Amino acid sequence: MIAAAVGAILLASITLYAILGGADFGGGLWDLLAGGDRRGAAPRRLIDESITPVWEANHVWLVFALVIFWTAFPRAFAAVMNAAALPLWLAVGGIVLRGAGFAFRKEAHGIGAQRAFGAVFACSSLLTPFFMGTVIGAVASGQVPADATQARLAAWTGPTSLLIGFLFVGACGYLAAIYLIGEAASRGERRLEAYFTRRAQAAGLVTGALSLGTLAELHGSYPALFRNLTGRALPLVIIAAVTGLAVVVLLVTGRPRGVRVLAVLGVAAVIWGWGVAQYPTVLPGTQVTLSNAGAPHATLAALVVLFVAVVLIVGPSFALLFALHGRQVLRHEGAQVALAPAGGGRAAPGRPGAGTRAAALGLVALGALVRALLRRRPNR
Amino acid sequence: MRLIGVAAVATRVGGEVVPARAQMATTLGFHIILACLGIALPTIVLIAEFIGLRRSDETAMLLARRWSQAMGVLVAVGAVTGTVLSFEMGLLWPGLMSRYGAVLGLPFGIEGLFFFLEAIFTAIYLYGWRRLPGWAHWWSGMPIALSGIFGAMSVIAVNAWMNQPGGFTARGGKIVSVDPWQVYFNHAAYYEMPHMILAAYMVSAFIVAGVYAAGILRGRRDRYHYTGFAIPFVTGAVITPFQIFVGDTAARAIAADQPVKFASMEYVTRTSRDVPEYLGGVYANGHVYAGLRIPGMDSLLVGFGTGTRVIGWDSVPPADRPPVPWLIHLCFDVMVGLGFLLLLAGLWALYVWWRRRRLPRARLFWLLGAVSGVAATAAMECGWVVTEVGRQPWVVYRLQTTAAAATHNGGVLTSLSLVIALYAVLGAATIVILRTLARRWRQGAAPEIAVPYGPPAGDRPAREAAP
Repeated sequence: MIAAAVGAILLASITLYAILGGADFGGGLWDLLAGGDRRGAAPRRLIDESITPVWEANHVWLVFALVIFWTAFPRAFAAVMNAAALPLWLAVGGIVLRGAGFAFRKEAHGIGAQRAFGAVFACSSLLTPFFMGTVIGAVASGQVPADATQARLAAWTGPTSLLIGFLFVGACGYLAAIYLIGEAASRGERRLEAYFTRRAQAAGLVTGALSLGTLAELHGSYPALFRNLTGRALPLVIIAAVTGLAVVVLLVTGRPRGVRVLAVLGVAAVIWGWGVAQYPTVLPGTQVTLSNAGAPHATLAALVVLFVAVVLIVGPSFALLFALHGRQVLRHEGAQVALAPAGGGRAAPGRPGAGTRAAALGLVALGALVRALLRRRPNR
Repeated sequence: MRLIGVAAVATRVGGEVVPARAQMATTLGFHIILACLGIALPTIVLIAEFIGLRRSDETAMLLARRWSQAMGVLVAVGAVTGTVLSFEMGLLWPGLMSRYGAVLGLPFGIEGLFFFLEAIFTAIYLYGWRRLPGWAHWWSGMPIALSGIFGAMSVIAVNAWMNQPGGFTARGGKIVSVDPWQVYFNHAAYYEMPHMILAAYMVSAFIVAGVYAAGILRGRRDRYHYTGFAIPFVTGAVITPFQIFVGDTAARAIAADQPVKFASMEYVTRTSRDVPEYLGGVYANGHVYAGLRIPGMDSLLVGFGTGTRVIGWDSVPPADRPPVPWLIHLCFDVMVGLGFLLLLAGLWALYVWWRRRRLPRARLFWLLGAVSGVAATAAMECGWVVTEVGRQPWVVYRLQTTAAAATHNGGVLTSLSLVIALYAVLGAATIVILRTLARRWRQGAAPEIAVPYGPPAGDRPAREAAP
């Protein structure tokens, strides 16, 4: 029972990584496809400003999911790491290049260096989710043996794994485009809003087609999973399909309100559909299940407590970050200075709104609380 | 230095364990510098901002802003190189993870919690400079400093556990029960945690101080450079004596808990009383060449009397001894020596301040200041060589060998080569970017390009460029 709870926690972490971190990779995809220096300047600036303050925090969900996986299901973790070593190494390389390229581009001197770092960032944003997808594909299609000690090329190069790799890239681009519509709208940038609306529609159609293709491929190659996807996981599959269609329809009719929530819901439904379909096995096609692969009870209980702590402490922190970011309080120094070449001072348009003041007050209150706690300690 | 050590090990053990160790050493040795900066640089920035806010000191405020901009680059590189290590735990050491993942995973999970807070508040702090009011901005940096310390504690808990494993019961090769509290606060945690956190503060403080000392040596003798030197240098100098005390305690604890590691650190060949201390020297074929031998000193340091019995490496069969005692010993000596050098630099500054109320003027002092960052970093890396190579052949002390933990997958040599090439480029690019920032600051100009990967700002409004 507790093992199932931890399995759900693992799936929740993966979901959060997909809808937060995935969109950051998608931003890199649109950066790659934005065209030359001049044509691509405006979308690139929007992408850069949207990703900058949040990508590192979003990225932590990956590390967290990894830690949950190896702590709760150590043998299954080792099996996946052994069997899918090559795509994992490639994904790791992509993670390094994406993060470094993105951070360096901002501070690089001269357009040549910025182009080079930008290309590194954008290309690795494309490759990383692809290889992560092939690993998930290898697990989902039962290509990871329970006692794997050797890497197998065939484990992640089957049609299902490759399709899921492309599906990941598509979903990242889809989410990013949807978020960027909102970012552009909140800045009043009509052209960019239309620009990303077109891309969101295209990405939505491609991702939908890839999902159907994956489902069809599973029907032939891995009927057990297909049966469950169209059986007990059917409600989630339907949610994914309906939300996807709704997003495309809303975008076509020019009513983008609410598409963000619908898109997130759709991607989450796909991930949970996969989880429900393969329940209770951890590695489909083997005897490794949540109950027999799990760590000792105390470890699992500690992980549940840890997750509750993360929800209670990290949740509000994320809310604060996103709230400040949404009100455009968080700006990269360099860009800020350049946007206001003369005089400096408060460069961003508009004064801090009520939300900003509330957040600032919150921070001061936090400070006062810490101070009070520190002061009380000697009395004990 | 790590690579030399690993190459030397290569003659002793075969298979993928050698490239796997080399790769872990390369990636960890690289990341640990960024980890130190991630743990302690925020505190140094906050000290500067505190001075800036409290005394309305424009110089301190400017330094805080600029340091936080450099921090943005360093934190990003640290985040991704840290992720590499997370993957390597499974990709290089599946044997360790499948057997002990349920035990050593917990401290990593707690680290994840603090990693979240660090990343979130770093973003708020770094990008909130313009629009968060002064003290609110300062307080938004506080969670970074605190989560840096607690996150480091959690990661060190894992390493300490590998040195002093406990808090679990195994039956038939399977972990059947775990006591999370005992895993986290294991027997080595109480000295490893403070030793590494203080080391992180020393490394960060002396690296920043070193940058400004180098500037002063080049004739940039202005208030900006002296303030930029003084804030981190005083922080580092205050910490150094505490670090030496903690390190001394740690060495004594290692003599008791991990006697074979200690024997390698101090060339204790056989268990005896009145053991001599060697300063430097290379051990080969049963002899110590070129070392300074102080009779009875090692016993004195271990038990406060020359009659103290110290356990030698003859207490275990040769297969259970660390492979290269000379490397462990020399790294230990270099670490201790550099620690005392940094203490000396601090005492020098203290003496001159006491007599003359100013910083020393001697060129030698500023040379010492300029190399202090490199010295602190080298000392920290040497310390890791001592603790990691000194634990060999075990990955989990006396429970699992490193060879049993390593991957059976081929191609680690390939990934090792690629990692070395990638990290060389990454390290060089990081330094180039930081120097670009410094040059831009010196010119006092705003960056001329606002839009990444786009035409210069002001050329024409970016909005019109959209299709």
